[in-house]
Amino acid sequence: MKHEQVLEAIQPIFHEIFDDESLIITNETNADDIEEWDSLAQINLVVEMEKKFSVKFYLDDLHDLKNVGDMVRLVLAKVSQ
Amino acid sequence: MLHSLKFPFSADTFITQRRRLKKKLLTLNVKRHPIRVAILGGSTTSEIKHVLEVFLLIEGFLPEFYESDYNQFYEDIMFDNAALADFKPNLIYFHTSYVNITTYPTLDSSHEEVESICQREMIKFNNLWSKAYDEYGAIIIQNNFDLPIVRELGNLDSVTHKGKSYLIQRLNLEFSIAAQNNKYLHIQDINYLSARIGLDKWWDPAFFYSYKYAVSYAAIPHLAYNLSRIICAVYSKTKKCLVVDLDNTMWGGVIGDEGVNNIKIGVDTAQSEAYTALQSYILQLKKRGITIAVCSKNDEKNAKEGFLHPDSILKIDDFAVFKANWQTKSENLLDIANELNIGLDSLVFLDDSSREREIIRQQLPEVSVLEVGEGIENFLSILDQSGFFEVTSLQSEDAKRTQYYKENFKREKFERNFEDYSVYLDSLKMIAEIQPFIPAYFERITQLINKTNQFNLTTKRSTYSDVVHYHESKHFIDLYGRLKDKFGDNGLISVIVGELKSQESHIVLWLMSCRVFKRDFELAIFDKFVAECQSRKIKRIIGYYSPTEKNNIVENLYSDLGFKFSHTVEDTTVWVFVIPDDYQLKNINIKVSL
Repeated sequence: MKHEQVLEAIQPIFHEIFDDESLIITNETNADDIEEWDSLAQINLVVEMEKKFSVKFYLDDLHDLKNVGDMVRLVLAKVSQ
Repeated sequence: MLHSLKFPFSADTFITQRRRLKKKLLTLNVKRHPIRVAILGGSTTSEIKHVLEVFLLIEGFLPEFYESDYNQFYEDIMFDNAALADFKPNLIYFHTSYVNITTYPTLDSSHEEVESICQREMIKFNNLWSKAYDEYGAIIIQNNFDLPIVRELGNLDSVTHKGKSYLIQRLNLEFSIAAQNNKYLHIQDINYLSARIGLDKWWDPAFFYSYKYAVSYAAIPHLAYNLSRIICAVYSKTKKCLVVDLDNTMWGGVIGDEGVNNIKIGVDTAQSEAYTALQSYILQLKKRGITIAVCSKNDEKNAKEGFLHPDSILKIDDFAVFKANWQTKSENLLDIANELNIGLDSLVFLDDSSREREIIRQQLPEVSVLEVGEGIENFLSILDQSGFFEVTSLQSEDAKRTQYYKENFKREKFERNFEDYSVYLDSLKMIAEIQPFIPAYFERITQLINKTNQFNLTTKRSTYSDVVHYHESKHFIDLYGRLKDKFGDNGLISVIVGELKSQESHIVLWLMSCRVFKRDFELAIFDKFVAECQSRKIKRIIGYYSPTEKNNIVENLYSDLGFKFSHTVEDTTVWVFVIPDDYQLKNINIKVSL
């Protein structure tokens, strides 16, 4: 799986969680860009990604995710394990 | 229920979809019941609040929330708190867990030391609850303690007084005793809930370390749903009637084809045992006041024979309504609601056929349909976990409900013998008791205020503490009414409350149970209300009628009683009655006992 494919695949997760079909998520998108992206939305996102890619993130994985690009890289790292 | 939330719901998708669900629910054009809920936590609570909000919206509430800062549940209550005072909570939920217990025993602790740890903890909580109640007059919901996820002492942890599990079990018992002694305190049993879900699923260490939640992400919907059931019970939104199918629901097999001797009920086979367990549970529901009814596509004679089976736990007489015919189930459910004079939203439907369930869900979305899936052995647990019949206390009034309905059927039959309605009323030999509230009736009064929808002029809801206030304050006239007749005792069936302001008595609450419609009881209680006003030298009575979808039966009540229309405030009409010096009693058919 490539970086762009993961980025594409996670768009609907953002649409669902923020209830906004018009969101376009890029590598640089971060919590400052979306008003409702608080620590809870962060958990929602992480849990949905775990489900979508059948992976499990641990405490160590999650402490310095800065933007969507970091999340995608984490998913890729997990999928390739 | 406003949204056809399937029970059991999917906890997984619930959180993800909650924003969308909330928006959708808020677009529904329904009159909502506003409530103010303060959530005071010993751990993070924001997602609990969000999910609870959706469950309360589904039940027709319009909730507003106050949330304490992280782990400020104690300080928020014990110290002056202008923000909370401003918020005026109706309900205060204390969400604490085993991480909030101040002191745990150590290996050096003596028996006496552990007892004193337990007592100190209880003093802290007792102070918290009574301060919260005294200061804000709110109903208190407190969850008890879940068990610790790890036990340094293994099995011994719950045996020796040095164990954490031991202390927690002691405290949980003390919580229950406190709730037995304080009507305003309700315990949410997360000790049970966490066991039911499984502690590994209930507690997520990463979630606790990262965000300080004392329950896992996956457990939040379960916790919030369970809490919403207690809140529904506090406001008497408990479902009133369980409607059951027969073949393959009450017994195994099709009675019309196989005959009464071949249906599966009793304890002789594994299948029979599962049906018997379900019947026994339903009988317990009935004994504590839930009405039960049959809705089955069957020949009536065959259907009734099933309950004559010697091993059948339920008997024909246990059912308030018995619909076994070839009409559609939607028609029968409508008839059941009509005959019992309750709303469709008070019905819970239990049927093994997924097709019938889907039809009811589509055609009668107000009915709560239990999504029991397949396998009779699982029906019971789903019925139980739904919490549809959650109550805050057990009352003798409830247990008599089926009897009331049956006596009413007798009255209706008797009525057909009379051409003149007032002769019929007179022949009922009615005797009423109309008095100011007494403490023994506070709970029943609260329940009646909150669940009466038809004969209800203002549909204003009240908590237990509001009811106590109406009674204790000098600024209110508070009356309840009971009614007996030759067929039996109808129990406590009416409430009227007047608020006294500048020499006027404003009727803020007036309601009457559908059990006693068309018996002129409203005249008897109004006469007494007038007398109470006269004894306080009050001459003007102000009545309010706020229309809802369900209360048009009282649309003309005030004009019929001789009130003059005054004006309209929003959708409420305001009426005035000036008590004449020669006020004539309006009630003639009911004898009012002194």
